[in-house]
Amino acid sequence: MFNLFSLGQSFAHGVHPPHHKEQTEDLPIQRVPFVNRYVMPLGQHIGIPAEAIVAVGDSVLRGQLIASSNGFISTALHSPVTGKVTDIGMHRYVDGSFKMAIEITADPYATQQFSASANASVKAVEQMSIDEFIIAVQQSGIVGMGGAAFPSHVKYAIPEGQQITDLLINGAECEPYLTNDHRLMVERPEAVLRGCEILRKQLGAKRVAIGVERNKPESITELQKHLAIDMPIDIVPLEVKYPQGAEKMLIKSIYNKELAVGKLPRDLGIAVNNIGTIVALADYFDQGMPLIERIVTLAGPGIKEPANLIVPLGTPIRDVLDFAGGLSEHTREVIMGGPMMGSPVADLDAPILKGTSGILAFTEQETARPQEYPCIRCARCLDACPYFLNPSRLALLGKARLFSQMQSDYHVMDCVECGACTYACPSNIPIVQHIRAAKDNLRNLASPDVEKKK
Amino acid sequence: MKHNDPKLLLQSAPLLRQELTTPGAMKEVWLALLPTTLASLWFFGLSALLLIVVSIAGAVLTEWLFTDKDKRRMAIGDSSAGLTGLLLALTLPPGLPLWMAFLGAVVSIGLGKVIWGGLGANIFNPALLGRAFLLGTFPIAMTTWGSPSGLGDFFHLQSSNLAWPFMHGQIDALSAATPLGLMKFQQQTTAISSLFIGNTAGSLGETSAFLLLLGGMYLLIRRSIDWRIPTAIFLTAAIFSLAMFINDADKYPSPIVTLFSGGLLLGAFFMATDPVTSPLTPKGCWIFGIGVGFLVVLIRLFGGLPEGMLYAVLLMNAATPLIDRYTQPRIFGRK
Repeated sequence: MFNLFSLGQSFAHGVHPPHHKEQTEDLPIQRVPFVNRYVMPLGQHIGIPAEAIVAVGDSVLRGQLIASSNGFISTALHSPVTGKVTDIGMHRYVDGSFKMAIEITADPYATQQFSASANASVKAVEQMSIDEFIIAVQQSGIVGMGGAAFPSHVKYAIPEGQQITDLLINGAECEPYLTNDHRLMVERPEAVLRGCEILRKQLGAKRVAIGVERNKPESITELQKHLAIDMPIDIVPLEVKYPQGAEKMLIKSIYNKELAVGKLPRDLGIAVNNIGTIVALADYFDQGMPLIERIVTLAGPGIKEPANLIVPLGTPIRDVLDFAGGLSEHTREVIMGGPMMGSPVADLDAPILKGTSGILAFTEQETARPQEYPCIRCARCLDACPYFLNPSRLALLGKARLFSQMQSDYHVMDCVECGACTYACPSNIPIVQHIRAAKDNLRNLASPDVEKKK
Repeated sequence: MKHNDPKLLLQSAPLLRQELTTPGAMKEVWLALLPTTLASLWFFGLSALLLIVVSIAGAVLTEWLFTDKDKRRMAIGDSSAGLTGLLLALTLPPGLPLWMAFLGAVVSIGLGKVIWGGLGANIFNPALLGRAFLLGTFPIAMTTWGSPSGLGDFFHLQSSNLAWPFMHGQIDALSAATPLGLMKFQQQTTAISSLFIGNTAGSLGETSAFLLLLGGMYLLIRRSIDWRIPTAIFLTAAIFSLAMFINDADKYPSPIVTLFSGGLLLGAFFMATDPVTSPLTPKGCWIFGIGVGFLVVLIRLFGGLPEGMLYAVLLMNAATPLIDRYTQPRIFGRK
């Protein structure tokens, strides 16, 4: 049992937004029924989009490969349902743009039972070499499930001369409202631990640490209860503080190591994975089930019946919302992800993606634009920034469009846009928005296309 | 398909914000100044009340006059101009002619704030800039102190308050010296209990150490001000004056007298901590506070004036942009 009176391990700075998890933290994961139409964008992960290997009119089985990875930093896609490919073309993405996607219409008479035979049989993971393992993970379509959707196998390909000693599992879930990782830890602790062991053995790591914020005591006790003696796994209670789940903060909290700018966790011998990712690994290697569904938290003041749901990928957001009783009439904004770093949903017909941890709905109260006051240099943003940047200065320079000075004097590119500064600002200055604009501008300046045009 | 879709906003995250707003932060300071303000009415009666009212009116009027029409509502609404007026009044001697207080408030806001670009853009603390202007322009009126009258005499108005602008205002016959003046010019010490309670001669808001500590503690507990600045000021001033006191106990005040007399507490809690004119960085706050603490004792003991808080803070205000530049915190993951 962990000490009830300690705050838990932590990093410096950060903010304490109300966690709002009470809406869904005790709600068991439910499966949403299958719907008529599914849309699988080919580029829903970071890196090169997958390449479609099916044609319009093809029948596909649930879990069948429909697009294969296109290069190393790319991953596969599998059909979330048994049905027919009805279109391969441009479909709405969450941000309102159109992206190449495979549309599948479900077969209303199919059982939708997943059978591992739909996939090439997976060799027992214990017999796999690390190279075979990496190829298998790439074929499984598994990506970082915390939201970034970075293809997981890339992280497992460790260059020669480096050795992973520690596997770090991110169960912090520091974004308010979200409870999908929490429910996985509570309901499927064996799968979490099984995934840890598979990955630990493959990477040759000595120890595993699962970091969980202290506002999820049930997660911590469930994991501890299922921990076998021979598992070198530590469950580490963390202080409830945003952004505890940011990779660099988590490494600092757990190992008290500071990851240098431009370095990767593996340079410190650490591999970081999310709870959802690790469970997806366990499901793939034990049941042969590729990444075709995920847990999504539906919450926020605009959701009528908040829930934690298993949603087949590609399900239109609208259908998921309908299952949760729909949106309240006061809803003004829908967010995919968490309220601190998520992205606004432009079109409810856009699909649930591999990286969709939550669908949150907010009403007028939360979205009303507060009056912006001048910066009074109160330094609350400096105290909030976990990277020790100077957001006050950055916002001021950003307003004046002095982008290159933002980088040369204040290292704006080091910002990960966690939004802690903007949360803390009493003058309601859109600091992180100024920073995003500056980073975009600087990236465009650096790209060769622009050079040529000049 | 799009039957009853609400019109969706696309505001980018974060959608959550903490509750404190800038006007809210100003209100905290008003609240923290309340005990000191009430005490000034107790000690100096109607004179204090009129000075405070006139000074606030001058400040708010100037802000209103010099602010863009469409920004007036916000500029007055954040109550920062009124706060400057109150802070200025609290640094004035009770017998000061009201028109001078008004003029001082106009200069505070006009030259101390709006000319720089309004709230957040000024380099010098506006209230102190106004006081520096008054001290330079009306040195006699600004250094003539009446004794505290007490509540029984609330309606006793010091006649000099009502002097006509630019006429020779008669100075109250019953003028008294402040504890710092007594120390400097007559080598007399004032009882620490008097300094603590506040029944001494002095500016409206500087006399009661107890009530200033109360207000300062409130701001510290509410985290409205940076704790490093007052801490650095107190430590530096105490150590410096202790060294001098050990050197010559007859000539120099003890550290406790240094801390509890004159404008040191008022300045340390309410002027030096003005976020706009003090450094952003934690290290910068230490340097700033040490500078103020050092300068205040230096001016008090060696300068021509008995009080040095005003210039100590203004000088460090001037150094603030430079301090900020050289005390940027080390970025996470960088050397």
